[in-house]
Formats: sequence, C-alpha cells, structure tokens
Amino acid sequence: MTEALAMGGYGAYVWSCFALTLIVLVACVLQGRRKHRQTYNEIRMRLQALEPDQ
Amino acid sequence: MWTFFHKLASPPHFYELSLRMIPWFAVPGLLLIGYGAWAGLFVAPPDYQQGDAFRIIYVHVPAAYLSLLAYMVMAISAGIGLIWRMKLAHAVAAGAAPLGAWFTFLALATGSIWGRPMWGTWWEWGDPRLTSELILLFLYFGYMALRAAIDDTAQADKASAVLALVGAVNVPIIHFSVEWWSSLHQGPTLIREGGPAIEPAMLYPLLAMIFGFSLLFGALLLGRVRTEVLNRERRARWVRNLVLNQDSAA
Repeated sequence: MTEALAMGGYGAYVWSCFALTLIVLVACVLQGRRKHRQTYNEIRMRLQALEPDQ
Repeated sequence: MWTFFHKLASPPHFYELSLRMIPWFAVPGLLLIGYGAWAGLFVAPPDYQQGDAFRIIYVHVPAAYLSLLAYMVMAISAGIGLIWRMKLAHAVAAGAAPLGAWFTFLALATGSIWGRPMWGTWWEWGDPRLTSELILLFLYFGYMALRAAIDDTAQADKASAVLALVGAVNVPIIHFSVEWWSSLHQGPTLIREGGPAIEPAMLYPLLAMIFGFSLLFGALLLGRVRTEVLNRERRARWVRNLVLNQDSAA
C-alpha cells in the first residue's frame, strides 16, 4: 500500500497533479453554480423591484 | 430536422432541455474519470523510462486536449454566431472560455510538475509547446476581459468573436509545435502516423480519462451556457415568468 502511494519516489509529483486536477474540476463546478445563482438572484431582485406586488 | 434546431435554439426551450441533459454527460463522464484515474494510478504498469512519474499523463493529456477542444468549440461557435447572427452560438462561445482557461491552467501546471523530475526544470522559456500553450491561456483571458469590458452584449459578442477567430491560428501551432520546432516536450503518442505508440494497459485508462474529461466538459459547458442564456434573456417574458413563479434557483 505504502509502496503504491510512493509511486517509485515520484509520489509528491504524481499526487500533487491528481489533487490539483480534482481541485480544478470541483472549482469549475462551484464557479459555474455560483455564477448561475448570482445571475438568477440579480434578475429576481430587478423584477421584484419592478413589480413589488409579485 | 430544421424545426428541431429552431426549437433547440429557442432560449426557453434550451434553458429547460439543457438542465435535463447535464446528468447524461456528467454521470458517464465521472464514471470514466473514476475508472481512468484508478487504472492509471494503480493498474497500468510503470513506464520503462519515466517510472511512475509517467502517470501524470492521465491528468495532463486530458487537460491539454480539453484546453484545445474548448478553444475550437469557442472559435467555431463564435464564427457561427458572427456569420449567422445566432445568439445561442455566442452564448456557447462565452460559456466555453472560462472552462478552456481552467483546463489550460491545469495542463500548464501538471506539465510543470512533471517537468521538474523529468526535465529538471519547472518551466523553459522559449520552448515552443510550453510558450504556445501559455499564449492559449492569455487568449482565453483576453477573450474574457474583452467581453467583460463591453457592456452591450451584441458588441461584446462581435468583438470577442473576432478575437477568438484570430487566436484560432494558435491551435494548430500548439498541436504541431513539437514537430515543427525542437522542443523539450515529447512528440505525439496517440494521434500520429502508424497509430498510438502505447501499450493497451496504459492506453485504455488514458482514453477513458480523455473521453471522461470531454463528457464532463460537455456538462460544465451546458451549465455555463444556461447561465449565459438566462442573463441575455433577463428582460424576456419567459424569464420573468420563470423567476417570479418559482423561487428556487436551479
């Protein structure tokens, strides 16, 4: 197990690359979601200001 | 056929349909990435020259591939938007840019981490592959900055589309850089004359990663384009009804 994780001495390089990839992919998802929520909320606030009775 | 395209390009229909399509890309994409990462890390045999450091290709190659694929999607969509004045195409181009920038960053970073033990350097200024990929990152940044700087959406679409199309000349330069000039970067392994030069136990996880990344990109792109469409249509009746009739943000 430890041997597999050591990656023949390249463990630090290999694992940092895979960890970074995971971080970037998660960041892509979160950034997209945040942007969508922001856009949606901006539109809702503008519409509610225009039509307060709704 | 044409009615299908017209319906697809209609913003409310796209907005609704795209949400339902996302899992069809994301789920198989994540499964492929899960298999590819596991097999790439633990099943594929170590490379006879590079040892276990070669396993970095399982994230580096898909990231680099997607950095170019995203640019092609962006440039072709921008071109379609420019020629046929199709707003959805401009939305696709705008949605592809930040994703392409992320994948380009990832390709540069993982390549750099691989270069340290293999080439003895994190970065080599003047190397054609490294330099052209860095220019790709700046093209994405330039595209996004240009869009952000122009308030009028139609103007931003046009100006940024021209930039995307001019910058497309960099895509073949990146691909062929390792053949045209001497580069530290190794030559092509997969797309080359005589077929892939890699053994199956190493190849299959790599193909799974490339395909998985592509599907995930598709899912992320659909999400980004939805946001673009929503923002562009913020004054449209269907958006008003959507936002005021249901209070949960999807």
